Amino acid sequence: MTILKSVDDLESVRESILSKRDSKKPCISVCSGTGCHASGCVAVTETLREALKKKNLEDKVEVRTTGCHGFCERGPITVIFPSGIFYQMVTPDDVEEIITETIINDRIVDRLLYIDPVSGKKITYEKDVPFYSRQKRILFGNNGLIDPRNIEEYIAVGGYAALEKVLQSMQPEEVIGEIKKSGLRGRGGAGFPTGLKWEIARKSKGDVKYIVCNADEGDPGAYMDRSLLEGNPHSVLEGMLIGAYAVGAKQGFIYVRHEYPLAVENVKIAIDQMREYGLLGEDILGTGFSFDIRLVIGAGAFVCGEESALMASIEGRKGEPRQRPPFPAEKGIWGKPTNINNVETWANVPLIITKGAEWFSSIGTEGSKGTKIFSLVGQINNTGLVEVPMGIPLREMVYEIGGGIPDDKKFKAVQTGGPSGGCIPEQLLDLRVDFEELKEAGSMMGSGGMVVMNEDTCMVDTAKYFLEFLRDESCGKCLVCREGIDRMLEIVTGITEGRGKEEDLETLQELGEMVKDVSMCGLGQTAPNPLLSTLTYFEDEYLAHIRDKKCPAGVCRALIEYRIREDKCTGCGACLRACPQEAISGEKKELHTIDQEKCIRCGICFQTCKFDAIEKR
Amino acid sequence: MNEINTFVGSTLEKWNNDSSCLISILLDIQDEFNYLPEEALTMVAENLNIPLINIYSVATFYKVFSLQPRGKYLINVCLGTACHVRGGKRIVEEIERILDIVVGETTPDMQFTLETVRCLGACALGPVVVINDEYHGHMDVKKTGKLLKQYTES
Repeated sequence: MTILKSVDDLESVRESILSKRDSKKPCISVCSGTGCHASGCVAVTETLREALKKKNLEDKVEVRTTGCHGFCERGPITVIFPSGIFYQMVTPDDVEEIITETIINDRIVDRLLYIDPVSGKKITYEKDVPFYSRQKRILFGNNGLIDPRNIEEYIAVGGYAALEKVLQSMQPEEVIGEIKKSGLRGRGGAGFPTGLKWEIARKSKGDVKYIVCNADEGDPGAYMDRSLLEGNPHSVLEGMLIGAYAVGAKQGFIYVRHEYPLAVENVKIAIDQMREYGLLGEDILGTGFSFDIRLVIGAGAFVCGEESALMASIEGRKGEPRQRPPFPAEKGIWGKPTNINNVETWANVPLIITKGAEWFSSIGTEGSKGTKIFSLVGQINNTGLVEVPMGIPLREMVYEIGGGIPDDKKFKAVQTGGPSGGCIPEQLLDLRVDFEELKEAGSMMGSGGMVVMNEDTCMVDTAKYFLEFLRDESCGKCLVCREGIDRMLEIVTGITEGRGKEEDLETLQELGEMVKDVSMCGLGQTAPNPLLSTLTYFEDEYLAHIRDKKCPAGVCRALIEYRIREDKCTGCGACLRACPQEAISGEKKELHTIDQEKCIRCGICFQTCKFDAIEKR
Repeated sequence: MNEINTFVGSTLEKWNNDSSCLISILLDIQDEFNYLPEEALTMVAENLNIPLINIYSVATFYKVFSLQPRGKYLINVCLGTACHVRGGKRIVEEIERILDIVVGETTPDMQFTLETVRCLGACALGPVVVINDEYHGHMDVKKTGKLLKQYTES
């Protein structure tokens, strides 16, 4: 590959790639995101390649490994192009049939189709799956089409055209103006206007400036950034190039968390390929613009998602936040002006440049423009990543895209915004999801995690879960966060263990508000949100734990008991054999009983019994 | 020169003895030895001209690093929110019970180390257990024992 020396060079490469393509050639694309990896996509791809070779079809049929399609629950996902037939939960054993039936005989393999849990109908094409048809996949659209490890595939779908436009015909101020006009706000959680951030960094004094892509996606239950980096890393990197040009930076950093090995790998490959093509380095496309990116890998610290901690970590120190101001735009990495944006924010940039600010701002609500990717997870039928216009009703997310709650259970809450967000109850299901409405409901957008909880989830336990998380992840630098979270956890733990008093609720409220007001960084300032929102919306559950010493959801161990029902026990002995504590006794074919003294309430007997004879009280 | 010396030397060279790359250097060392040996940290401190106490502050701040040798199999149970609501904690307790260790410990025969992680982003498969680099999704308490057996026998 020769280095691209001009915009024309890039265009002729694009044309040559496209001219070699045959749009009618069958292509079997296999999702290779982390979710499908875990479900065994590598074996499927290998078997496919071998089988095609055996049949001498390797030149006639393409096998493409793509990024995440988003519908992780149904992986490994395989889509047959050009028709777009959608097969789900494919195993190596299905490969033979896919080739002989679908590729050779043009027939559908019925048993591999997806069945919509709402209508009960089988669906043939990817675009008709309700999980996808209600989405607006402007960022994610290419994920399922291109091989993320091949820069040519990104170029073929119009990649780096926005960079061309910027370098050829726009002044940095015009780029900033376009981003401002689009109304794009930071997708990392706080929603700060991106164009304004760039403007401040541009105007900030100094010859050396840095830009950073924050890919330290630490919110549990959110993985859209990982998926973008795995599936379409060049879209993020192109955004960074444009941002660097606008801000006036020559060096960029992309900070990816260690827990995402596949994203690290794909970003590494993407950066190497950019260098090979001359899209990084000196005099990019012969325009005089120079820029390079360094990949930095995190080492497991949630607080590093906070920008001042992230910068400390890039400098090679422990990730402790510092007081702001000065903001990074004035004093950032090594004291130089630094502009930090999140992965999804960067990925929006090339789209805005190519399609225009007006197109972008026509999507979404008054204050929140564009789309947002959410990870819809937890107790929901269609788990996965969904990209929707801002302002979509929460109810539509849960019941139409998400396909509702499995096993006919009742909906209880949606937790949004991770450890900084809150729990939204059923009565607020009609709220429209954007920055403002979520904040008003006592939660926040955060990075876009949406964990659905059903009636079997205890909200006091949920508050305890987040407090535990935050206690572990608080860096300990400021007292209110370090001690405040610990005290709240102590009280909530007491409640879950039956030691709660009614005045605890007031103390918790007071402590929570104090930690919010007095903490130095974003972690502490938002840490009490999960607790406070459950106190607001689920006070009755707290009171049941305190007054009645009962956990209505049957989660808090100290407050529950397993018993064997006389009318249902067949005396089969399965629970007796499974019990790790030898707490169950009974003769064969006779009623069994549980010794409450020995029982540790692990729930194994409950899971083992085939006759529903074990009840939780 | 022993094995540690040689490896740390080449790692420092790879990162140009750049102190801002400390975390990457430590990650490489841990990848090689499965933990951060004291000898390696001392050598890093001397070569980068950073006080040893600062190296330790970084090595103990980030969750990925271990100052103790770890087992042949590193078990990581995901405790992200999605795994939590699907019962991730029960899986941890079951593993603790079976292996007779608590989170952060290694079995005396150096076979297993048990750790937890806050979200691997494989939420659709929750609860998830990762042993070395292999993902095991849709876990429950019953499957846990069988899974561990596979590794004990192999």
